[in-house]
Order: sequence, then structure tokens, then C-alpha cells
Amino acid sequence: MTAQTEPGRAPDLLYSEAEEDLRAAVRSLLADRADAPSVIARTESDTPYDPQLWKALATGIGAAGLLVPEELGGQGATHREAAVVLEELGRSVAPAPYLTSSVVATETLLALGAPDGPAGELLAGLAEGRKVAVLAVPFSAASSVTGSVDGALGPVADAAAADVLLVPAADGLHAVATDAPGVGIEPLVALDLTRPLATVTLDGVSGTRLADAETSRRAVDRGLLAGAGLLASEQLGLAEWCLTETVRHTRERHQFNRPIGSFQALKHRMAQLWLEVVSARAAARNAADALATGSPDTPLAVAVAQAYCSKVAVHAAEECVQLHGGIGMTWEHPAHLYLKRAKADATAYGTAGRHRETVAALMELPAP
Amino acid sequence: MTAPDAAGLRRRTRELLAAHPPASTGRTDFLKARFDAGLAWVHYPVGLGGLDAPRSLQPVVDAELAAADAPDNDPRRIGIGLGMAAPTILGFGTDEQKQRFLRPLWVGEEVWCQLFSEPGAGSDLAALGTRAVRDGEDWVVDGQKVWTSSAHLARWAILIARTDPDVPKHRGISYFICDMTDPGVEVRPLRQITGEAEFNEVFLTGVRIPDSRRLGPVGEGWKVAQTTLMNERVSIGGSRIPREGGMIGPVARTWRERPELRTHDLHQRLLNLWVEAEVARLTGERLRQQLVAGQPGPEGSGMKLAFARLNQEISGLEVELLGDEGLLYSDWTMRRPELVDFTGRDAGYRYLRSKGNSIEGGTSEVLLNIVAERVLGLPSEPRNDKDVAWKDLSR
Repeated sequence: MTAQTEPGRAPDLLYSEAEEDLRAAVRSLLADRADAPSVIARTESDTPYDPQLWKALATGIGAAGLLVPEELGGQGATHREAAVVLEELGRSVAPAPYLTSSVVATETLLALGAPDGPAGELLAGLAEGRKVAVLAVPFSAASSVTGSVDGALGPVADAAAADVLLVPAADGLHAVATDAPGVGIEPLVALDLTRPLATVTLDGVSGTRLADAETSRRAVDRGLLAGAGLLASEQLGLAEWCLTETVRHTRERHQFNRPIGSFQALKHRMAQLWLEVVSARAAARNAADALATGSPDTPLAVAVAQAYCSKVAVHAAEECVQLHGGIGMTWEHPAHLYLKRAKADATAYGTAGRHRETVAALMELPAP
Repeated sequence: MTAPDAAGLRRRTRELLAAHPPASTGRTDFLKARFDAGLAWVHYPVGLGGLDAPRSLQPVVDAELAAADAPDNDPRRIGIGLGMAAPTILGFGTDEQKQRFLRPLWVGEEVWCQLFSEPGAGSDLAALGTRAVRDGEDWVVDGQKVWTSSAHLARWAILIARTDPDVPKHRGISYFICDMTDPGVEVRPLRQITGEAEFNEVFLTGVRIPDSRRLGPVGEGWKVAQTTLMNERVSIGGSRIPREGGMIGPVARTWRERPELRTHDLHQRLLNLWVEAEVARLTGERLRQQLVAGQPGPEGSGMKLAFARLNQEISGLEVELLGDEGLLYSDWTMRRPELVDFTGRDAGYRYLRSKGNSIEGGTSEVLLNIVAERVLGLPSEPRNDKDVAWKDLSR
């Protein structure tokens, strides 16, 4: 089936009241626990993650289990709510393994469709915030890659925060505890200071095989699709922060006896950015709604959102640095955290170019 | 009477269809009956084509009528009357004016045009110099207007003119309804970049307009004009646009049907624009949903900017995609089209016509200022014309 036919149902691109309540709760938590100076300080420490922030987010607010049905120990919400959490995490660039564990790993386990086995047990642990799991694939992977339970792979995002690795191997998906013998996690120096990367080495480890090869491949694909689709919401939140802060700064900063925000050359750039941000919101909401409703349009909605939102987030962060002038180049000002996150996000779960190739295939617009 | 809900509107529409079966009723008669039933624009007052119902319920009526194959009032042909003149008359007109003008306007018996822009007052519209001087019960108008679409078809015009040159420019303007058949109104075609004359120049020489055709108080025409212009910019967002519904559609079809035209460079550009067109469609859809939910967002100001740039880039790509064929043009004969048609004719036409998308209805530069100041709250540029009488401004 191609995505060319218009889906019958109109996507719901607005936010519900419950979603706005969730947003308010997450935003207020992040304002308390993840303000810019503490995020910067943490990125330079040995523990980039704040375990108490994660506990409050995952269990206090119940964000970790949003995608998990209630009977499996979760909140029984949808990707629409998870997307709102990611908007707020993008806005604060707080280090938290939400996208990797609560979205990608969780979605992969759910897609295995075996709630009674070890996958279901692990899901309950993730949903309750007791455990963190990550899919052991390079962070740039947009579709299923088959690894092996031996050898090195990476860079894997949030591996250092994980209790369990989900390892796609030729014979299926394996759950491997990070403290099992033969598992090595070597932190890498990453461009993005707020989402740590590591090389994972596996040397004759034994884990639990969760499903056969075919089921596992489809489940991993689904996990990565959800990751790419909801990453767009993180990118939206990030871009919004950059625009808001840039507007605030240029209204206050005076040069030539005027606020610099009164100069047309700057105003037009910020107005253009605003237009990109409202467009990114429509694209990101569309992807979240498609994932939530199981729309046949989902692969296209995700590809469009990633092809668009990556560019907007990077553009917003670059404008933020430039329009802040000298202060935008300093370590003290958080603008650099956003630029680094935005640029890394542009590669995560497939580059914009990768996603445009998906659009080309789905819409029958082939290369020469 | 309380405003009807969706079920009530559906019932009324069926009653209208039963009393005036479209198959056996003349087009104009049907439209008049629809107006009189309050089903023309349901959010208008009772007696003026509406029922004081929520605007968001109009689609209920439209769907019933479309299903019955009822004639419509050709909104594209009478777009200026519907989108600009009508809301302004409703907001500022006297009861007599509303009774006289709204029905023939909506039915399409009378076409309207808009006499705002002047050669010396485009983006700086309030700088206009067309004069209206009081003479007894009349105003005598002299000046020149430009970019007037439909002037050659129009029976009526909304007109802004300067009634007091001794006060700052925004305060000395008044708003009138001009009879395009009056002596002294001369319409000349303005031939454009595309070769056709979709627009006109309008010369006003000693045109007498009775004071009873003034809209709003003397000297407050700028405020009235704001209503007109706001309505011009929010007219987008009424209906859902299908995927590939805009200018990207013909390009995507050409790409699929003619593999010999494909190059790698064009492929990358096409995919970029395809994604942007799809996102613009979704942004429009989100805006539409906000309007229906009664939470209109400021996104409308941005949509015109987005579509102008997209149309220009897509049509530019299309000319290149067509190769040798893109070197040709359908016809340079001067024509006087009845409708503004952005997507019609060939790729070369679309390329040239879309250049106007970032100028007409507010240039992109002015719209970016509006977004920056009204949406983002950025400080305005220093101004040197606020407290100066219009007559003392340099021109």
C-alpha cells in the first residue's frame, strides 16, 4: 500500500486539556530540577543524569508508563501525551532517558506482542520507572539493524543510564542486563552534552531471547519509528525555547540606543523562525497523532515530521546563538546546550535526507 | 429566537431544498431563497442572510447543499465582496446600507472591488492621497487607485480617501462605498508580468458620492479599513486541503509520469518542497481546527507568508523540470480574466503569477513585521510620521 491515498480520518492536531495539564506538571518539575545552570553543572559531572529528577518524572508524574497499557502496569495513555512530555524535555534539554527508554525500548517491547513473558515483566519495570532499558543500536539508525550478541557497537544513546540492553541479533531480540558478565559500556565524548553516548561491547553474554527474528525485526522497526516520530516533538520544544529566549534577549538588549529587537533585519529572522516553529508543531502533532491512532499514514507522517523538524530545531538553535551575539558563544549561557542537542537530534533515528528518501518511496517520487 | 444548532441547521437546509428544488429552480432564485432562509452565512444576523449561529456550523449547511447538488454563489468570482466588503458593511454600515448591499453581494448579482492601494501608497497604505472633499450632501473624490482586481466587472467598490490633510495620516481618512457606474470613474486595464490584465488602474475625477454611502464616522476610515484587511487575511482556512492539493500537485504528477525529466538535483529539491508543502498543508489544517474549536491562533498571519514562498519555489522548480518545454509560454496575448487563477495555465504562467503572492494583500516584508510586532511582541521601528500632518509628510 502506498501512502498516496488520503487517510480517511482527519488527524487531531490540537492539544487536549489533559495534555495541557500533563505539560504543566512536567514543565514545573523541570523548572525546579533542571534549570540551565544545574544542567550545565551536571554535564560536567560523572553522573549526567539526576536520579531524583528521573524518579519524579518517571514515577511521580507517571511519564515513563504513558505508552504502556494499564493492565501491564502503565498509564494507558498514547503517543500524543508522550509527545507533550518530549516537548517539555526538549525545552529544557534535561538529561533524562525518556526518548530512549520510555519511548523506543518500551514501544519495541510492546510491539513484540508477548505481554505474559519476560518482555511483559520488563515492560512493567520500565513503566513504573524501576528500570531503564535502551535499544542497543547506533543512535543514528532509522530502521532495524541486525547486530550480534558479540562485538562492539555504538554510539548507543543513554546506555550508561540503562539497566537492560535490548540487543537485536540474527536470531531475535535479546534482553541483556548491563551488569551481566561480558557486557561493557564505554562512555564516549559526545557532541551533545545532555544525551550521553557509549560504546557497548558484548563478549559472550547470555541474555533472554524475547522473540523470534521476524517478530523482533518488526518490533525494532516499530520502536525506531515511534522514536523518530516523537523526536519531532522534542525538536519542537527545543526550537520553541530558542525562539522565546531570542525574542526575550533582543527585546532587552540595547545597542545603537535601541532594543536590537526593533531592527528589521532581526525581526524578520525571528518572524521567519516563528513560522517554522508553528509549522513544526503541526508536523510533530500529526506524527504523534498518527502513532497514537495506528493510522496507515504513520510512516509518511513520521518521515515528514523528521524531514522538517530536524531542520527547524537546528535553525532555531543557530539563530539563538547568533542573535545572542557574544553571550551566545559562552559556556555559561545555555544556548550551546540547545545547539548541540539540535545538531545531534538531526542525526538521531535517521537524518532528514534519510527521511526524505522514505517520502520519495511512499509517495512514488523515485530518484532518477 | 435562539441560534440553531447543527441539527436545526440541517433541518432548515432540508426545508429550503424541499421548497426550492435545485433541479427546477433558477440559480439566482435559489440563492435568493437561501439568503432569505438565513443559510447564506449562518453567523450573520437574522434578516441579513444568517441566523446568528456559530460560524463553525456553516460546513453543516454547505455539506447538505453540496449533497443536493445545489448551485453555489461562485465565491471565487465575488471573493472581494464576500471576504472584504461584507464584513466591513456588517461591522460599520447603517441598517439601510446592510439591507441594500448584502443580499445582491452574496447572491453574486453585484460584484465588488476594493479601491485602497495607490501608486504612492502600497505597503504604506495610510499615506494615500486620493481626496474626498465635502460639498453639500456629497463628497467629491479625485485621485488614482491601482491593483484593483475585478474593477472592470464591479458594480460597487469599497474606497478609502483622505478627508482631512491637516491631521496625521491615519486620522484624516474616511471610508466610502463608490458606485463604479458613476461619472468620473474610469477603469483602465493594467497589464502584468504574465501578459494578461487581471488588475486595473482606476482614475477618479470629480466623482460625487452621497454622504449616505460613507461607512463609519468621518476621519475614522483607517479603523474601518483595518476590519477589511483583517478579514482579507483570515479568509484562509475554511476547508480541508487534500494532500498535494496545492502547487506541488502538478509537479509531483509530472515527476511520476515523465521519468526522462528526472535529475538528482531536481529530486532533492522536489522532495524538500514536497515535505514543506505537506507541512504547510498540516499547518493550515491545524489552524482550521483551532478556528472550529473557537481558539483562533495567530498562525493565519504566517500562512500567507508560507504559501507565497512555497508557490514561488515550486513553480520555479517546475519550469526547470520541464526542460525544453519550460522554455515555452502558452500565450502572451493580453486577456482580461474573470478570476484570479494562481494554478491555471502552464508552468511559466504559474512561475510569473506567483511572484505576486508575496506582494498582493500585504508584502511578505510587511507581514513579517506584523508577526514580529503583534505575535512575538518585538519593539516597533522608530517612526517619524506619527505626529506629522499628512500634508507635511515628504512624498
